[in-house]
Amino acid sequence: MIHTDMQKLIRKSVRDFAQKEVAPLAAQIDETGEFPDELYQKLAKNNYFGITIPKEYGGTGAGYVVMCIVMEELARVCVSTTLHITSPNTLLGLPLANYGTPEQKKRYLLPEMRGEKEGTFALTEPGAGSDAASMKTTAVRDGDYYILNGRKTFITAAPVADFVVVFAVTDRSKGTRGITAFLVERGTPGFSTGKKERKMGVCGSPTSDVILDRVRVHKSQILGKEGEGFLMAMKTLDSGRIVVAAQCLGIAQSAMDEAVKYVKERQQFGRAIGNFQGIQFMLSDMETKINCARALIYDTAQKKDLGMNITKEAAMAKYFASEMCNDVAAKALQLHGGYGYMKDYPIERIFRNARVTTIYEGTSQIQQIVIAKQLLK
Amino acid sequence: MKMIVCVKQVPDTAEVRIDPVTHTMIRDGVPSILNPEDANALEESLRIKDRHPGAKVIALTMGPPQAQAMLRECLAMGADEAVLLTDRAVAGADTWATANTIASAIRALGGAELIFVGRQAIDGDTAQVGPQLAERLGLPQVTYVQKLTTLEDGLLQVERRMEQGYEVLRVRTPVLLSAVKELNAPRCLSILGICEAYEKEIKILSIQDLDITPADTGLNASPTKVYRTFTPKTERAGVLWEEDAGRMAGKLLTALREKHVI
Ligand SMILES: Cc1cc2nc3c(=O)[nH]c(=O)nc-3n(C[C@H](O)[C@H](O)[C@H](O)COP(=O)(O)OP(=O)(O)OC[C@H]3O[C@@H](n4cnc5c(N)ncnc54)[C@H](O)[C@@H]3O)c2cc1C
Repeated sequence: MIHTDMQKLIRKSVRDFAQKEVAPLAAQIDETGEFPDELYQKLAKNNYFGITIPKEYGGTGAGYVVMCIVMEELARVCVSTTLHITSPNTLLGLPLANYGTPEQKKRYLLPEMRGEKEGTFALTEPGAGSDAASMKTTAVRDGDYYILNGRKTFITAAPVADFVVVFAVTDRSKGTRGITAFLVERGTPGFSTGKKERKMGVCGSPTSDVILDRVRVHKSQILGKEGEGFLMAMKTLDSGRIVVAAQCLGIAQSAMDEAVKYVKERQQFGRAIGNFQGIQFMLSDMETKINCARALIYDTAQKKDLGMNITKEAAMAKYFASEMCNDVAAKALQLHGGYGYMKDYPIERIFRNARVTTIYEGTSQIQQIVIAKQLLK
Repeated sequence: MKMIVCVKQVPDTAEVRIDPVTHTMIRDGVPSILNPEDANALEESLRIKDRHPGAKVIALTMGPPQAQAMLRECLAMGADEAVLLTDRAVAGADTWATANTIASAIRALGGAELIFVGRQAIDGDTAQVGPQLAERLGLPQVTYVQKLTTLEDGLLQVERRMEQGYEVLRVRTPVLLSAVKELNAPRCLSILGICEAYEKEIKILSIQDLDITPADTGLNASPTKVYRTFTPKTERAGVLWEEDAGRMAGKLLTALREKHVI
């Protein structure tokens, strides 16, 4: 797609920020697993947490094309950084903006936009992943309060979160319409987070369990209405998927950049390996796939900005882009030979970071189910 | 305090190539950018504004209509207003005619307490427009500003970068200052800043709005005549050594002595 002048300036400025402020820290963030607070504050200051969130709630209302531009450019230099941005813009921020009470917006959404608080979205459980509706966490009414019990797993940013949106069953007999979302603050008795997971990639985004042991929360902490939690989550997934797809695009582009640079430099059999046709064929395949993804992603984002339904398109974009970035990263690593396997080259990190994208926010198989369902309905 | 920052849209010379036959710049496909030291001048004005709420920063450029893209960038950084002076009559102006024209535009905007310019534009590298502008406006000037502090109302302390060391000067406004890159690091643009920059209006001036005539501007009013342009040949190629650090240090010492550098 052709960007407007404003979108071009945004891309230029994000690229500039990524190069100056993020790229020099990327390797260190990956290695130590520590995300510098100073960088977090800079992300807030540039409004990266509120791209899809309306102005009146502390965002910018800039929309999804802009969101994809920001994700793509930042993912090119540091994927962990993009994980801190997705949640406020999609899974966490959108339900708060769309369903939160004025009090909840003031207490959670505005500080989240300003970088003063970090929240997270806790749906997955040890026994309920793709089939999230089979969750075991319960919330039992007790006067004006609910008592929450259960365990959430693989929750992004849980170790550092100030508050968590927890999905729990309030009425088992109603199935997906018996699931409710609660805003639970760290410090509430019975609330704790598990040990930080040791992950293959995106190491600068801490992940852990959220443990709820007889946590008592007031009914005013319900986000949306009782029984509407699951539908609320599903409605925001389309937005989440397109944003993850843009993250994949950035990952693939960085792998491509590294591959092109390397094949021009590396000499074997008396010439740069980029001169061999076998390698040129690989590069062309990679570049073609990246640009197929790019076209699909920005087309979908533009449709979303125009208010069109993107359920099928977003699933296709996420499915194609995540598989594509794994393929491109693997080929780019292959082109580096043994050097690509060493941590001294950026492609090693890019390859590890790509891996999670076909798993979170709905696995590839779940995207296929969504696409087929739209086709056959 | 009212501040006018003079900015120019320039081709990114990091990406410019020279046509081997005509010896002119190949501008095709070269991105245009806000001249780097103008960005320093704007940044410093915005910092003054951050310290003194109520201050106003106007970005002013003379250029083709496409220069609006750069003015949007200035607005996104935080400039309150942006003004584009564009007219066929000003085309082909050298530094003399440019200073004439911009001085007139500054008068049309009611003047300012602080006129901030970049030391030089990377496409021409003359560093003449700033000083000439100060002369036309009858203002004192300090060039090569690398540090600025506002003391009391209307009194500034500036450090002027010299080849070896620097000068510390106190100046009263109104004054013209020219910025060097050491002055500051221009801020990154926020998403909101960019969105709002595209909602603002850019003020367009033409020569009719100015107190000069076509005879005072453009190619006709430019005493500079280009005799010939050429790409200087790099006759001495650099030397590259790759060996043991101790040995290279020894070699370097000998080489520098041979050239009478040390
Ligand atoms: C780094 C990371 C961060 C995460 N962050 C969060 C977070 O912030 N919040 C949150 O709630 N969750 C989060 N998750 C969880 C993530 O969304 C789940 O891991 C994902 O939904 C898959 O669930 P699962 O791991 O239980 O796999 P399972 O659902 O057990 O799937 C195992 C395999 O079976 C396949 N499969 C399952 N069902 C079907 C079917 N019907 N047909 C065909 N194949 C099927 C899957 O595609 C997969 O290949 C995160 C995960 C990771 C790795």
